[in-house]
Parts: sequence; structure tokens; C-alpha cells
Amino acid sequence: MAPRIPLQSPLQHSDTVATAGGVDHHPSQPTGWRRWLLTTNHKEIGTLYLIFSLSMFFVGGIFALVVRAELFQPGLQLVEPEFFNQMTTMHGLIMVFAAVMPAFTGLANWMIPLQIGAPDMALPRLNNFSFWLLPVAFTLLLSTLLMPGGGPNFGWTFYAPLSTTYAPASTTFFILALHIAGISSILGAINIIATILNMRAPGMRLMDMPLFVWTWLITAFLLIAVMPVLAGVITMMLMDINFGTSFFDAGGGGDPVLFQHLFWFFGHPEVYIMILPAFGIVSAIIPTFARKPLFGYASMVYATAAIALLSFLVWAHHMFVVGLPLVAELFFMYSTMLIAVPTGVKVFNWVTTLFRGSISFESPMLFALAFVVLFTIGGFSGLMLAIAPADFQYHDTYFVVAHFHYVLVPGAIFAIMAGVYYWLPKWTGHYPNETLAKWHFWFSVIGVNLTFFPMHFAGLAGMPRRIPDYALQFADFNLVSSIGAFFFGASQLLFVLVIILCVRGGKPAPAKAWEGAVDLEWTVPSPAPLHTFETPPVFRQIEK
Amino acid sequence: MSGGSYYVPAKSYWPILGSLATGFMMVGLGAQLVYGSANVLILIGVIAVVAVMAFWFRDVINESHQGLYDSQMDRSFRWGMGWFIFSEVMFFAAFFGALFYVRMFAIPWLGGEGAKGVSALLWPNFIAEWPLLSPPDASVSGPDNVFSPWQLPLVNTLLLVTSSITLTIAHEALKAEKRRVCRNWLAGTVILGCCFIFIQGVEYYEAYQHYGITLEAGIFGSTFFILTGFHGVHVIIGTLILMVMLARIIRGHFSDTGHFGFEASCWYWHFVDVVWLGLFIFVYVV
Ligand code: HEM
Ligand SMILES: [Cu+2]
Repeated sequence: MAPRIPLQSPLQHSDTVATAGGVDHHPSQPTGWRRWLLTTNHKEIGTLYLIFSLSMFFVGGIFALVVRAELFQPGLQLVEPEFFNQMTTMHGLIMVFAAVMPAFTGLANWMIPLQIGAPDMALPRLNNFSFWLLPVAFTLLLSTLLMPGGGPNFGWTFYAPLSTTYAPASTTFFILALHIAGISSILGAINIIATILNMRAPGMRLMDMPLFVWTWLITAFLLIAVMPVLAGVITMMLMDINFGTSFFDAGGGGDPVLFQHLFWFFGHPEVYIMILPAFGIVSAIIPTFARKPLFGYASMVYATAAIALLSFLVWAHHMFVVGLPLVAELFFMYSTMLIAVPTGVKVFNWVTTLFRGSISFESPMLFALAFVVLFTIGGFSGLMLAIAPADFQYHDTYFVVAHFHYVLVPGAIFAIMAGVYYWLPKWTGHYPNETLAKWHFWFSVIGVNLTFFPMHFAGLAGMPRRIPDYALQFADFNLVSSIGAFFFGASQLLFVLVIILCVRGGKPAPAKAWEGAVDLEWTVPSPAPLHTFETPPVFRQIEK
Repeated sequence: MSGGSYYVPAKSYWPILGSLATGFMMVGLGAQLVYGSANVLILIGVIAVVAVMAFWFRDVINESHQGLYDSQMDRSFRWGMGWFIFSEVMFFAAFFGALFYVRMFAIPWLGGEGAKGVSALLWPNFIAEWPLLSPPDASVSGPDNVFSPWQLPLVNTLLLVTSSITLTIAHEALKAEKRRVCRNWLAGTVILGCCFIFIQGVEYYEAYQHYGITLEAGIFGSTFFILTGFHGVHVIIGTLILMVMLARIIRGHFSDTGHFGFEASCWYWHFVDVVWLGLFIFVYVV
């Protein structure tokens, strides 16, 4: 067992506030557009990531609305099936690689140095490089939609041979765009690990780090471990398409199933890459608004590590119907169910933290609480899917779509929104407009459930995913889903409104914007000055 | 931990130019592959990427010479390089994984083994073997023959293992402030690297001319070229890096204690060496 962990509060620090607010003895700061292009500052780069992610959230959202509009009624009304396929594919790719992942990286950039008392990221120029690769990658990816033959149309999982032998010509560009995005992720992750391992304030041990930092440390490890595997598999696709190799062609001795193994060896850890930092955010917000230290800090850390390690051993639960040997079906079924244990530990800890807390319900807390409830629903449907014989029925139906949208939208994305509302006062110096934020929350909760809950039923009744038309008996479910989707999409405009208003003004926030907040970021002024912790704070935890 | 003097570079053109250059290179590559005739674009892209890297590293070297880096910065570089090499390990792991999967599962199954042997209906005469000289489908012609590991591949193994030793000697010499010794052994390492690349070139020529091992020769050719090819690219990059290190040694860079650039190059070279050992065993010997 590790040494007993002191409670997480209170913290003490040196005269950081004075230092941080003091004279800026840095070389002249470029202004205007050059400020953003050339920056090496973790806060500016964090802002860039967040703005990029928010824009891509809307781009991906519009693609989803095209899909939902077509599925509003049975029959083909609005778009060609070919274009429909491009929309589902692009929606998935953009949401995963351009919206959720960059949002977490943006939050990491902003908050990790502040939470560990570091002056900046460990490798600031590399940081800027990682960011600017993203617009390049996704401009290229989106441009494939305009190329002859259309964009990628094989789903975000791009199974071969659909994505090789039968793919549109633009697939080569899709591969190269994904390579650029992958380089960005790997370099970003290296930077984050180096920052966490090397830049902590004197006195801060690993087991003193806030959970957002811990979860990101483990996420960064996952990224460095699996993004190269993605790079490898798309390189093999590139070779199959352009150089006549036979990796995924049984006629030449290869195997299309090999593609799926490699893809999911990346893909399953990838879904944890999208949820572990969310766990970290929620683990910061719930104690703050319950005004109690997090229950089971150490077990949270171990659970996160356990989830990350297990995530390397479960990939074939996406492949139960592909024709695996029986032992493999059994192995992957049980290992997948095992993941529910550490996940359950986390949910237990959050609920126990709430128990007998003096809870208040500001917008970050609302999103965090909705996260706990709705993510758990997604976890349960995951458990159902993990039962191999049952998955023979559910696989490739809307039940899977319901499952992963529950873990990703009210899961990952709600956690991101919770984090944004939680840290906006630190970024802008103003509280977000609480009334509007609450409207945004309630609209989002209603929209999410209207959209995705009926999908469970449509899926259990057998509606296949990724098809632009469906049998009449699914009409009601789809009608509700489509209405919900447009409602959810429209309510996100409120989110943008709240952010813009908050940047421009609002109730001023003190350094410690939330009464129950304890971590180091709340010791620097709000808004956080461009340079913080230039003299490292002395971190001390006092045992109670 | 933080000593209070962490150097945060103010602003830099290289990251943004680097990402544009990367985009340029990729667009060029894609245009060449899809539409043909974009060689010039690729060339410009590659030159731009290399130029940006050169300028970026120049800045880092200058900052280091100005004494802006403390021991904490040094640790950041170490962590950075270490994790970068780990990511490279995982990149090769994907290719090795593909090789193992094909050899252990895909080909026996194609041959009718286990409950998966349904493809026997499709290709009833297929015989599972490795190296796979006759792929299932008649439209794919396999290699005529494969290399004996005990000729050129063995020579290459000896070259690379020796080069790791000579590089270590050079490194020890640098630590002992024996710069001439360091320079000579480093030059020797570079020569060994060049020999390796040359022999690998000869082997590729042989593969295409006399052995019928081509990219199109079914899964054997695919795995052979992706593994040796990416390894070869890494040797070329590693050799270029060592050449830069040689130039820096000659110019009087590095000290007995401060030479992380040199050390990182050593790490990289040893990593490339270890990958080759895996290749030698699993691609050539067994
Ligand atoms: C208790 C935890 C979980 C379990 C047991 C679980 C199990 C599964 C299973 C068995 C499938 C495959 C279903 C099929 O294709 O037939 C699946 C799909 C999926 N899961 Fe989960 N899951 C869990 C948590 C998560 C989390 C946390 C995320 C992401 C944040 C996630 C994202 C996804 C995605 C994106 C897919 C579908 C991929 C696709 O086919 O497009 N899951 N899950
Ligand atoms: Cu999974």
C-alpha cells in the first residue's frame, strides 16, 4: 500500500499572487494575429485549442444534424445515401479527433501548469507546434468532402476493405490528415507527461496531484502508446491502396480482420483517452461544490491506472461477431466486464463524496452531477454489450450508437462543459451568467436524453446503424431522436453565448472563485495573468 | 523540481512554419499518390520541413550555449526524448503485431485450420506455409525465393551491433573529455551506418531483380518491406543525426557533462539497433 494520503486541503503556497501579478519582465509580447501564431504561452495555446475544439464541435454537429434530418422519417428524402455515409463518417471523425480530444488538450494546457505550480508547459514551442498541426490536419480532412468521388464514407472506424479496395480516391488524403493529427496528439502527450513529471512545485508529490493532473498523466501515456499503432494501421492502408500490398487482402495472404485488431487496439484505449480526463474534471468539481474532500483519492488514482491497463486487453469486444475463436470471445468478454469494476469504484467515490456534503448547484456542479448519472447509464449499456452472446444481437445496431453516445455526450462532453463553467472565472475574471448557464444545462440534459434514449429501443428492436433508411416500425423512435438532436444542437448556441458574454464582462471573480475549491489554480488572481508561478510556489499539505 | 529559473522561450516562428511545411509535404504526397505528378510539391515540402527543423534546433543549441537551460530543462528534454522513443517502439509494434498475427493466425486459418477454415471453399488448394511463396489467390504471385539470413542480413546485423559499440565508445570518450577519440569513433559509427544503408539497398535490388520479393508479392512482401523499409528510414535519419553530431563535435560543441543532444542521438541509434535485432530474428531467421 502507498503511504496514507493526507486530505486534499488546505494548501499553502508562497507569495505567488504577488509574483504573478508583478512586473512582467518578459521580452516584448507580439500583438495581433502574430501573438496567436507565434505564442509559446500555455494559456494562449490552451485558449487556441479550446476555440478550435468549439468550432469543430459545431462543424461535426452540423454533419450529425444532416444525418438526423435524413432519419427524421423513413424513406430517402434529403441526401443521397452516398453523401449520408460521408456525413456519418465525418461526424464521427471530427467529433473524436477534432472536438473532444483537442478540448481536453486545451484544458490540460490551461490547467495543468496552474494546478501543479509550473511556469508553463515543459516544452513550450513544441506545444505551439502540436496545436497548429490541428487546423492543418482538419482543413485537409474536411477538404476531402469536395474531392472527386467524395470524402471518406466508410465510418469513423474505416474498416478495410471498405476503406481500401472499395474506398473513394480521397482516402489517401484522409490517411495523411489523420497522420498529421496523430503527430499532434503524440507530441502534445509527450509535452504533458514531461510537464507533470518534471515541473511540479517543490513539495508536490505524485500522490498530492489533483485528479485532473493524474488522469491526464495516464491519458498521455495511453496516447503515446496507441496513437503510433493508429499511425501504423493507416500506413498499411496507404500501402494497400497505393502500392499493391496485401495486408488486409486475404487473396494475398493478409486478413481484413487484422485491420480490426490493429484498429481496436488503438480504438478501445482511445475511448478511454476521451473519458479519463473527464473523470479528472468531475473529481475536481464534485468535492468543490459538496464542500468535502474527494472520497477515496488514492483509490481514484489506482482505479484510473487499472482502467488504463485493462483497456489494452479488451479491444476485441468490438469484434465479437467477426468470427473469433471461442477462447478469444470468452477472454474479451470477461476482461471487458472487469473494467466495470474500477469504473464502479469511481462512481462509488463520487456518490460517497456527495454523501452528507453541503451541496450547492451551480452550473459546473449540475453538469458534473448529470455526468455521473448519465455516464453510468452508458456504462450499463456497455456491460450489456460486453456479453458476447448478447452482442451478437446488438452489434451494429442503434443500441451501440446509444451506448457510446451516452458515454461520450453526457459523459465526455458534459465533463468538458462542466470544466469550462468551472474554470471560466479563472480564465476571464468573470463568472459566467448563471441563469443562462442553467438554461443551457437543462436544455442540454433534455436534448441529450431525447436524442439518445430512444436509440436504445430502436437498437434492441434491430435497427441497424449507418443506414439512411429504415423499416416503418422504427419511425417513432427516430422522430423523437431527430427532434431531440435539433433541440440539443440549438441549445449549444446558448453555450457560445455564455462564453462570449463571460469573456466580455460579468460579475468579477476573486482568486478563489468557488468557496470549496482547493487546488493551486485558485491561488493565482482571476483572470490568471499571462505568466504565473514564475517563482515556484512551495506546496505543503497539512495533515488534519 | 522547479528551481525558479525555468526558461520559457518568448515566441517563435518555427512551430507555425513547421506545421505549414508538414501540411505542404502531406498534400504533395497525397497529390502525387492520387493524381500523379506532384513531385515538386513533395520536394518543396520536405525541404521546408528539414529547414524548419534545422532552424529550430539551431535556436535550441544557441539557447543552450547562452546558458539559458538549467538541470530542470535538461530533464524535460530527457523525458521528451524517452517518451518519443517509446512512441516509435509502439509504431514498430504495430508492424510486428501484423507479422505475428498473419503468421500465427491468418495463414493457418486460410489453410483450413481450426473452426475458421471456411476459406477452404474459396481457395481449396491453398497450402499454409511461411514464408508464403504462393498466396491464396492466383492473381497475386508470391516471391520466388527468400533471403538466407546468414548472408547479407547477418552482415548487416554485425554492422549495426558494432556501430552501437563504437557509438558507446565515442560517448564514453566525450564524457572523459577525449574529444579526438570521440570524433574518430563517432566517424566510424557514421561509416558503419552508411554501410548498412548501402547493403540494405543492395538487398532491395536483389529482392526485386532476383528473388521476386516485391511489394505486390502477397503478405510476405508486404510485411518484409514495411518492417525493413521503416527500419531503413530510421537508420537513414539516425545516420543523418549522427553526422550532425559529428559536425558539432568538430566545431567544439558539447562538454563532458552537458551533451544531451549527443546522448539523445545515442538513445535513438540504440533503439534502431534493437529494432533491427527483432527484425533479424523474426523477418529473416525464423
Ligand atoms: C463499463 C464500461 C464500458 C463497457 C463494458 C463498454 C463496452 C462496449 C462494447 C462491448 C462495445 C462494442 C459494441 C458493438 O460494437 O457491438 C462498445 C462500443 C463502444 N464504446 Fe463502450 N464500453 C464501456 C465504456 C465506454 C466508454 C467510457 C466510452 C467512451 C468514452 C465508450 C465508447 C464506445 C464507443 C465509441 C463504441 C462504438 C465504436 C463503434 O463501433 O463505432 N465505451 N462498448
Ligand atoms: Cu471498447
